[in-house]
Amino acid sequence: MSEGVDEGLRSELQKQGVWVTSMQELYNWGRKNSIWPLQFGLACCAIEMIATAASRYDLARFGGEVFRPSPRQADLMIVAGTVTKKMAPQVVRLYNQMPDPKYVIAMGACAISGGPFKQGYNVLKGIDRYIPVDVYIPGCPPRPEALLHAFMELQRKIDEQKLTGAGKAEFLKPQQPSEFPVPAFGAHDLQPPSNPDVFRPPHLERA
Amino acid sequence: MNPDPYLFLIIFVGVALVFPLAPLALAWLWRRFFQPPKPGQDKNATYECGVEATGEAQVQFRSQYYLYAIIFLIFDVEAIFLVPFAVAFTRLPVGAFIAILVFLLLLIEGLIWAWGKGCLNWAR
Repeated sequence: MSEGVDEGLRSELQKQGVWVTSMQELYNWGRKNSIWPLQFGLACCAIEMIATAASRYDLARFGGEVFRPSPRQADLMIVAGTVTKKMAPQVVRLYNQMPDPKYVIAMGACAISGGPFKQGYNVLKGIDRYIPVDVYIPGCPPRPEALLHAFMELQRKIDEQKLTGAGKAEFLKPQQPSEFPVPAFGAHDLQPPSNPDVFRPPHLERA
Repeated sequence: MNPDPYLFLIIFVGVALVFPLAPLALAWLWRRFFQPPKPGQDKNATYECGVEATGEAQVQFRSQYYLYAIIFLIFDVEAIFLVPFAVAFTRLPVGAFIAILVFLLLLIEGLIWAWGKGCLNWAR
């Protein structure tokens, strides 16, 4: 909601047919209705992502149908599927190459935590170890409706981002990084195994 | 009174200039006042598919590929010129006929040369 315009005055003006808005609302409205996802899929979740973009579920209703084949033109990365340790550096590098503001949806159990392959030696246990994730969708794979729901949640999140003031969005702060370190292949695991600046799992106290 | 017929052209040029320049200026202003630039090593990289580029961008092709160039000219480019030549054959003046014969001769020379070199033999 706009901070500059009084709500009562706004609704009073609206009754007279005058529409008042702020720069922030206009900017966020434009942004949230033209989210361009990066066109890449990693595993079976990608099939559901394709179904979401196709005519039956029609992601275009939300302004997100323009899947971009280049990270330079993309706003949203849908991590759709199992991220193997072989693939993780490439995914992080693609995220780094996207211009700000950029958002990530972790789609499905594998992208969240490794899913059914969590105990495997070659699967990354969640992409949030290396890049910040905005929306998580559980499911194996999630149905297209779930991806649409995540998309709407992301739109809500974008709508609430502030342009100015202390609580402004992270991507507008000059000291916040836009790129995150790309992990390297180590002898047994990716080095480092997770980025502590991004990945802060809850500490479990066992009684 | 009729307006100058070129007036519309001038208006059109003005719109054609403002239409692309206005969003660019707005984007520049936006970057200037709100969005801090955050360049980086990956972001400025040339290659954009997630894999790091290796080696030099300026690669040299081996000069042995000239054989492919000659055979491509004979069997592909020549056909493009021969079809209209054949269609317009009866109406051609003598000069054009001789010109295409010279062109054919040059290419046939290449064909004989490639044949003699054994380029047309089937590789076993």
